[in-house]
Amino acid sequence: MKPVHLLAVFAENKPDQLARVTKELADASVNIHWVGIADMQRFGVIRFLLDKCDLAYQWLKQHGFTVSLVEVLAAEVEDRPGSLHRVASLLSENGISLNNCSGFVFKNRAIVILEVTELARARQILLAQDIPLLSEEELLSL
Amino acid sequence: MYWQPDIETLPAKSLQELQLQRLCEVVARVAATVPLYQRKLAEAGVRTDDIRSLADVHRLPFTTNADLRENYPAGLLALPRNEVARLHTSSGTTGKPKALFFSRRDVDQAAELIARCLVMTGCSHGDVLQNMMTYGLFTGALVMHYGAEKAGLMVIPAGPGNSERQLMLMQDFRTTVFHTTPSYALYLADFMEKAGVDARRDLALRKAFIGAEAHSEETRRKIEGAFGIDAYNSYGLSETNGPGVAFECEQKHGMHLWEDNFLLEIIDPATGEPVPDGERGELVLTTLNREAMPLLRNRSRDLTAVIPEPCPCGRTHRRLTRITGRADDMLVVRGVNLYPQQIERVLMGVPELGRNYLIHLRGLDEMTVKVELAPASFDGRAENLLRLEGRVAEKLRAEILVKPRVELAAPGTLPVSEGKARRVIDERVL
Ligand SMILES: [Zn+2]
Repeated sequence: MKPVHLLAVFAENKPDQLARVTKELADASVNIHWVGIADMQRFGVIRFLLDKCDLAYQWLKQHGFTVSLVEVLAAEVEDRPGSLHRVASLLSENGISLNNCSGFVFKNRAIVILEVTELARARQILLAQDIPLLSEEELLSL
Repeated sequence: MYWQPDIETLPAKSLQELQLQRLCEVVARVAATVPLYQRKLAEAGVRTDDIRSLADVHRLPFTTNADLRENYPAGLLALPRNEVARLHTSSGTTGKPKALFFSRRDVDQAAELIARCLVMTGCSHGDVLQNMMTYGLFTGALVMHYGAEKAGLMVIPAGPGNSERQLMLMQDFRTTVFHTTPSYALYLADFMEKAGVDARRDLALRKAFIGAEAHSEETRRKIEGAFGIDAYNSYGLSETNGPGVAFECEQKHGMHLWEDNFLLEIIDPATGEPVPDGERGELVLTTLNREAMPLLRNRSRDLTAVIPEPCPCGRTHRRLTRITGRADDMLVVRGVNLYPQQIERVLMGVPELGRNYLIHLRGLDEMTVKVELAPASFDGRAENLLRLEGRVAEKLRAEILVKPRVELAAPGTLPVSEGKARRVIDERVL
């Protein structure tokens, strides 16, 4: 099972940054499934879930962007109150700090994208509690 | 390897005797021919025969940039016009340039000094020098050119810029040495990386002479690493010779200043008094072997220190440390004196950072240091970038005692000048 990767792009805080990146992705015929922006005021990091992540990585790099691939966990939780809390407390009880977290609901399926430093351990903990983790293929075929 | 072994290894005592004899001659000559010096010597109450030891140099008047400008074009000329073989100028930031005259013998003597420098780094007959300094009124290119020819090298007068052509010349003529500014060397390294050229594999480069801009040890290492070469620090001053005044030997630890040609002093730029050996101050040079335009105690505005210990290479001419700033470049931020080079040194020592930076002063003493991120250090995590900014700000505070705001910029977004890089923007309203 191929782990989920996000493509992270370093962006200076200028109005046209997102437009510049997304234009390149369109030129490369890469489809964006999800986007999140970590805004740090002076700069930001734009993260994408893409259908052709490796291609987009090479493409943006060649076009002068500063990019990196970030491996994340995509956990599927029940679409009801308290389900995100369950994931978050599981991780914190085991001393795993969450660097970034975002979620969305698509066709009644709730997906949480988790960025943690100790990826392998977090994966074990969640799987042990029967929280399903999606592969990149599964996530992209939603 | 020495070019002029007798002079380069002359025992200190003999060197000092030679200096004194030449100093007396220079003072006598300018007192006889240059009205500015006639006036200055009279004001200082010094007569030609008052100079009896090298210590008496402190009684002589200084020559400043203002003197050179005010006496433009020919006020400092010590020879009849028809004895001048070449004119160079040194541009200032404002107004008229400084006019610098060379007699035929001066041209030849400048070339001798360069030949000493090149042989000192291990260059010899058979080396190919690509000279990327600006040809023209600036001394940097032509003085190097003549000296390299004298030392038996083949010279490619490439001039600056046009990186594609630089690369082509390096490939086609198997360049072994290049001469350029630190900022252009870094620019060229970037250019080659983007062009997919591996300098170690594809080129014949062995050495570089880096001059015309003060730079840090870390910058030297970046240049050496990028090209797989030895880079030698070259100190020049257009007013006293151009390049070839002081140069590193194979030890790459300080630059030998040719003391048979220049009488060296290090002074406190504020008081004009000499500083103890080994302490940093402004370099002041009296030319001992120039005909057309000898200068007494020329204020270089460059800050350096003498390395008093003898050099393992056997040369007796004392070494200067890397120039750590210009007396004119000094910034005063929140009451603290600091030099852009101090900031550069810190930034170049952080591997996560790239090569280009900008110091921006705004408002009432607000200081922002913008610096490029090194592409390889980006891991996609915004919080790590924030942490890096904080760490760099703290390192800067430890060095310059002022904590600037540090802003990371995307690689390739800060200006890289192909000549002298402008690193400081001062927009303070003070
Ligand atoms: Zn030496």
